[in-house]
Amino acid sequence: MTVKFSKDHEWITVENGVATVGITNHAQEQLGDVVYIELPKIGSTIAANASVATVESVKAASEVYTPVSGEVVEVNGELSGDPALVNRAAENDGWFMKIKLSNASELDVLMDKAAYDKFVAG
Amino acid sequence: MSEETLQRTPLYEAHKALGAKLVPFAGYEMPVQYPSGVLAEHNWTRQHAGLFDVSHMGQCFIMSESFATSAATLEKLVPADIAGLEPKQQRYSQLLNETGGIIDDLMITRAAYPGYEGWLYVVVNAGCKDGDYEHITKHLPEGVTFKAGEGMALLALQGPEAEAVLAKHVPTIRDLKFMFYESVDIAGMAVHLSRSGYTGEDGFELSVYEKDVAALWTLLLSDSAVKPIGLGARDSLRLEAGLCLYGHDIDETTSPVEAGLTWSIAKRRREHGGFMGDARVQKELRDGPSRKRVGIKPEGRAPAREGTEIQNLEGRKIGVITSGGFGPTLNGPVAMGYVEANSAVPETKINLIVRGQAMPATIIKLPFIPNKFKK
Repeated sequence: MTVKFSKDHEWITVENGVATVGITNHAQEQLGDVVYIELPKIGSTIAANASVATVESVKAASEVYTPVSGEVVEVNGELSGDPALVNRAAENDGWFMKIKLSNASELDVLMDKAAYDKFVAG
Repeated sequence: MSEETLQRTPLYEAHKALGAKLVPFAGYEMPVQYPSGVLAEHNWTRQHAGLFDVSHMGQCFIMSESFATSAATLEKLVPADIAGLEPKQQRYSQLLNETGGIIDDLMITRAAYPGYEGWLYVVVNAGCKDGDYEHITKHLPEGVTFKAGEGMALLALQGPEAEAVLAKHVPTIRDLKFMFYESVDIAGMAVHLSRSGYTGEDGFELSVYEKDVAALWTLLLSDSAVKPIGLGARDSLRLEAGLCLYGHDIDETTSPVEAGLTWSIAKRRREHGGFMGDARVQKELRDGPSRKRVGIKPEGRAPAREGTEIQNLEGRKIGVITSGGFGPTLNGPVAMGYVEANSAVPETKINLIVRGQAMPATIIKLPFIPNKFKK
């Protein structure tokens, strides 16, 4: 499965029209210890590039922007009891939400791993 | 502030070598955390001993022929009892403006070095030091002079194992009382060592010459009980301890009475005044202030940050949060802020407006965790 990346430091994978979205390892490193995550409601409709979640680290609150639009069909329940899962496994077990895509072409503007790594390196 | 204008402490290279994340703070490039992260650093300090570089803070002196003259001079600018300080004793106070607002909070020590008995040693916040120095200098009478410390650095060693760590070098340190200093020798370095700090833990502050600070830092870190701690954990430690951060919980608009710092104003000073801003302080002591600083425990897990609106249960705004975040020792969100005086009652239920949602919270009596100062 291909992983794509946004310039707001989210990663996204797509399977059968459903995208799994999380924040990148680079993002969690920048945030530091994550202590609370506010996730969207299941069933809510979200627009691309809108703020859909909030990550609270010991230092600050940061917004998470989804790179795609659609309907939230699942959120990662593990994160409410163990927000530090994002620090340990940002790009797999620490996923945030699953979104049923309404416009698959939104994926086209996202970066692949090589492009994202280059973007982060500045 | 551009990066070129940022100052560095003498330990800048040491922080970099330890892998610290450096951020601008009060005009300095300072370590916000080391690789272990804020949570681990906070918990280490509460359980063992944390070493902080606080060399950015302003160390300065008020000097005259006699302690009485120096004390009387400073008493015109702060509400604390300075004249009553014993030799080697240290006290917390605030520089007040004409309207009783807080220009800065500071630590004042009566020096007892032979030949320097007329000196007061003062430590102020990094971000305020230029203004403080100007303010103090402007109000000196004939015969009293001011000097900013030159070539001085400052470390803090805080936590339950700090005493044991220092006692290996200076056995008599176990007898040092809270808020007193001793002049000691550690591995050939002259150290002004006081039992004080800003974490709520027992601990020490070590003022040394800049030329010695890297060696002292390395020596203390060589003890397995000691780890370096950044500004991130310093903030969560002081917040849990209910201590004010200048520019956030106190500023030129807040008075020491509103801020709940009346414990730092002695009876003689309350009754007789005679310090800048005394009219407001005495009025608020008599009639009560219109607002008060309180501790706030948000329910649930979401932190409420500085600037968050506080409402009563009827939905009317009664105040604002001035410091808020996550308290690792409490394993939950903690905050402090100002509310209308009649709401400043422990156990009062309030709402915090976080991202447009009312989040329930309770006003509590500070501190969140009992302080462990050695009396």
